[in-house]
Order: sequence, then structure tokens, then C-alpha cells
Amino acid sequence: MLSIENLHVRVAEAEILKGLTLELPTGEVHAVMGPNGAGKSTLAYALAGRPGYEVTAGSARLDGTDLISLSPDERAAKGVFLSFQYPVAIPGVPALTFLRTALNAQRKARGEAELSAPEFLKAIRARAGELKMEFEMLRRGLNVDFSGGEKKRMEILQMMMLSPRLAILDETDSGLDIDALRIVADGVNAMRAADRSMLVITHYQRLLDHIRPDQVHVLAGGRIVRTGGPELAHELEKAGYDQYASAA
Amino acid sequence: MSLARAIETGDLAELPSRRDEDWRWSDFRGLVRSIPAHSPVDHDVSGAAGPFDELTTSRIDFINGHEARIDIPANAEETWAVTFRSTARAGSHINRLNASIGPGGSLVLLEAYVGERPDYVCATDIEITMGEGSRLERIVVADDGEEAVSISSARIDLSPGAQLEQTVVTSGARRQRLGTRVRHPGGGAKVRLDGLYLIAGRRHGDLTTVVVHEGPEGQTDQVTKGVAIDQGRGVFQGRIEVRPGADRTDARMQHRALVLSDRAEVDAKPELEIYADDVACSHGNSVGALDEEALFYAAQRGIPEDVARAMLTKAFLGEVIERIRHEGERNAVRKFVDALTEKLA
Repeated sequence: MLSIENLHVRVAEAEILKGLTLELPTGEVHAVMGPNGAGKSTLAYALAGRPGYEVTAGSARLDGTDLISLSPDERAAKGVFLSFQYPVAIPGVPALTFLRTALNAQRKARGEAELSAPEFLKAIRARAGELKMEFEMLRRGLNVDFSGGEKKRMEILQMMMLSPRLAILDETDSGLDIDALRIVADGVNAMRAADRSMLVITHYQRLLDHIRPDQVHVLAGGRIVRTGGPELAHELEKAGYDQYASAA
Repeated sequence: MSLARAIETGDLAELPSRRDEDWRWSDFRGLVRSIPAHSPVDHDVSGAAGPFDELTTSRIDFINGHEARIDIPANAEETWAVTFRSTARAGSHINRLNASIGPGGSLVLLEAYVGERPDYVCATDIEITMGEGSRLERIVVADDGEEAVSISSARIDLSPGAQLEQTVVTSGARRQRLGTRVRHPGGGAKVRLDGLYLIAGRRHGDLTTVVVHEGPEGQTDQVTKGVAIDQGRGVFQGRIEVRPGADRTDARMQHRALVLSDRAEVDAKPELEIYADDVACSHGNSVGALDEEALFYAAQRGIPEDVARAMLTKAFLGEVIERIRHEGERNAVRKFVDALTEKLA
């Protein structure tokens, strides 16, 4: 599924990822944990193709396809989805319009038929219900005046509708109270599937109580410095990241 | 000094020039080397469609210049579609429209400027007087030829208690100004004065407004938005004058523009001149590019860049369209703006 080898990424003249290697098999959920500034968000953005995140060496392949040479929208059509740590507000574009445009653009890029308005509305109504979101909210400008929790739910709603092959969740738990965290985690767990992989990026272990990963990777100093089972998250919670400070 | 005078007399010295501060960014004397011959009279409008055909059957078509009057009796309500068509190649012509609205009357005036040939010189003078408590909703869509030279000048005189709502949309021309001058008597009269410009290619579009508050307790609310791309140039000049004695005036003006390419340009001059007391006046002005964060966010969800740009541009302009009171007019303007936005992408 996702195979990252010796990835080096530079942002504004500074090298942030310094030879990151990570293997994420199909159907698995892996967590990437690490101290602030380790390069967690840089990894997410580099995989999604954010302008300004320059890959200087190494590779990232999804199902054998080189992601780095693709534009962000091409990566999305291949099945890459990034749940943003700070989702962007787009005034004047209702969430419904945005998501339908996105879904049909991806389907078109894959040579699939576009979804009709009634089909789309039926599907999104059901998913919004599962996430306990007010449907009326979807008629407003995307993420405009949404609370932190509402924005994260909107990210998960988009993930459900776009049904990606690879979901990258960047600090999805930040800004969530315990009830919102449970709803979001339930949404993510419902998306676990044999043909889908997930990379859950988080600073804290608390999200991993709800989304149990198959493996945990520790990212420090721009590299994966340790990999282990779910129990590694608890160990990190107790011991902190200090032991990895020298890895940089 | 006016384009109409220049067309009448053939005297180039009558053309507005950049030496006049009000025409600093829209110089006509430097552009027009000679006044072309008067356009031939052409009265065949059979089958000519306009953007407002679905909204009214009361229509006046000006073909290569014409004069007309619309008088709305007291308390009457009418909707008129007025189309200024230019069908001549390399000709010059003048349109003159006068309208009056009796006390308590209401006029929806739907103006379209249609260039059926790329090049002509056209001056349009409009005078509208509004009686006490009357209403005017004026919607203007300008679709001039790409080599056309065009100036439309509207003067609107309000009486106390009158209400003016205006939305002007233009794609520019070789050089074009759509100007509105409002005499605001206060006395509870209200003005909404909005504009949109979408300027591509080598076009130039200028929206200039002057609102003169002469009496107390008047309101003006103005939002203009624009987009310039390619080598297009958009100009916004808005002036609100609050004369001595026009106390408790409430006037707000906002201009926001997107410049979508390196060689495009937007010039803006919002001005408030206040000589009265206890007024609430504000203005805002910003010129920038599309939000890069939003573009990446849309791309991450699979939306190709050209589609995302058109979507964000439409959303940016949409705020002005939403302010149009009636659904029919709103839809007609949205259709016109959407067609222009698709062309920009």
C-alpha cells in the first residue's frame, strides 16, 4: 500500500524530514507519534503534495505509484486523503457544493460516472447523521464559523464521502472535547476496511485509546526512530519523548 | 467635457483626460485618436435576446444611439428592460435615457449594454429623478465589445424617503467607465450602491460613484468587488460627500478585489469627505490574490486547480449578488457573472 523510503523534505530552506522510512500495509492503521517539531505535519503535507514542501530525496509510493510526481488533486484521485489539523474555511462555498465538486472531480479523474444530486444528498445525509451533524450546517460556507469540533467532524464527513484508499489524520484529536473525540473516533473506526490504510498522526496517546493502531512509529528528528505495537503509545505517554531528543 | 460632447462636436479636446483627477486611471483622450462617424440608424431588433427577457415584457431597445423617457406615475409599480445595443462597426453614437418616478412609485430598471461588434464609441447619459418615498432597483449588466470605448453616466436624484438599490456588473471594454452620481437628500432616504467587475484580456473597466449627502439622516451602503486577470485593469473610485448639515448620516463603503495574474492591475480610490457632525462613516479597501490555503485544501480533496480557482472566484463575487433583493434579478445577474467567471478560468 504505502511505502515511504528515505524521504527527505525541505520547507523554506530547512530540512525537516531527514531520511524517513515507513511501510504501511493494506488494511492496517498505523500511528505516528512524536514531539512537537519532529516533522509530523511535514510528513502529512509532503504526502498530500502541499506547495512549499519540497522532496529533495527518497520516494513515497501508493500501490506502486510514485506520489511525489503527482499534483495534489491527482494524489486525491488516487485515494490520498488528508484530514487537516487546521481545516480551512471557505466563505461563500457551501460544504455541500464543495464536497460534491470534490467527489465528482475525483470520480471523473478515475473515469467513473458522476454522482447525481439526489444520490449525493442521500449519501451525505446518512453520513452526517452518523456523525451527529446538523444537515443545515452543510448549506453554510464550508467551515465558516464552525467550532473546532465541528471542523474535525466535517473532515471525517469528507473522508467518509470520498472513501479514500489512504487516510492521513493529522492531529485529528486536537481541539476536541471527550464527546466529540468519541464521535470522531467512531467515524474513523467505521472507516477501517481491508482495502484501506490509515496513518494517524498524533502527539498524545489519548486518541489511540479510541482508534487502536496496529503499529506505532516514533518520529523524532525527521526520522522514524522506533516502531512497535500499540503498547508503545502507553509507554510514550508515561516516559515522554525526552529519550528521543538525541535522535535529532 | 464628456464623451457625448466629443461625439456631437467631433472635438477630441472634449474627451475626458487623465489630467483631470477624476479620470486619472481612465484616460480617453490619450486613447481615441479620432471620433468615428456617427453609427448608422438600425431599428431591426427582431429576435434580439437580452439578459432580462424573462423578467418583463416592457422593453426599450436603443440601437446605435437613441433617446427615450420612462415616467412612472405616483404609486405605480413597473419593471422596464432597457438594452443599449451597439451594432455598428467603427461608429459613434449617444444614448439618452430620462426617467422619473412619482411619489410612492416603484421602478425596476434592468439595463443591458450589448456590443454586437467589437469596436464602437458609445456615450450613454441617464437621468433619473425619484419622488418622495419612491423606489428604484437598478440592475446594470455591461457586455461591451473588446475594442469598444464606452462611458455611461447616470445621475440619480432622490427625494426624502426614497430608496435606491443599484447593482452594476461589467466585463469592461477597450476602455469603459460606468459612473453613477447620486444626490442624497437624507430625510430617511436609503441607498445601496453595489458593483462587480470581471476584467480579462486587455480590457479596462471603471466603476466610479459619487454620493452627495445633502440632508440629515441619510443612509448609503456600498460594496464593490472585482477581479482582474491577464492584462486586464479594473478601476474603482467611490466618493461619499457628507455636506454641512447632513448630520447623522450613515455611510459605509467597501471595495475588495482579486488580482489573478502578474500583469493585471486594480486601482482603487475610496474617499469620504465629511463636513457634518455625528456621522457614522466607514470605508474598507483590499486588493489581493486567491487564498493559497483554500486552493491547496480544495486540491487535496481532488478539485483541479482551474475548477478551484473558478469556484473561489465565484464565491468571492457571490456576496454582492446575494444583496440583490429580487430572486429573478439575482438569478439573471448570477448567470451573467457565472458565464464571465467560466471564461476567466
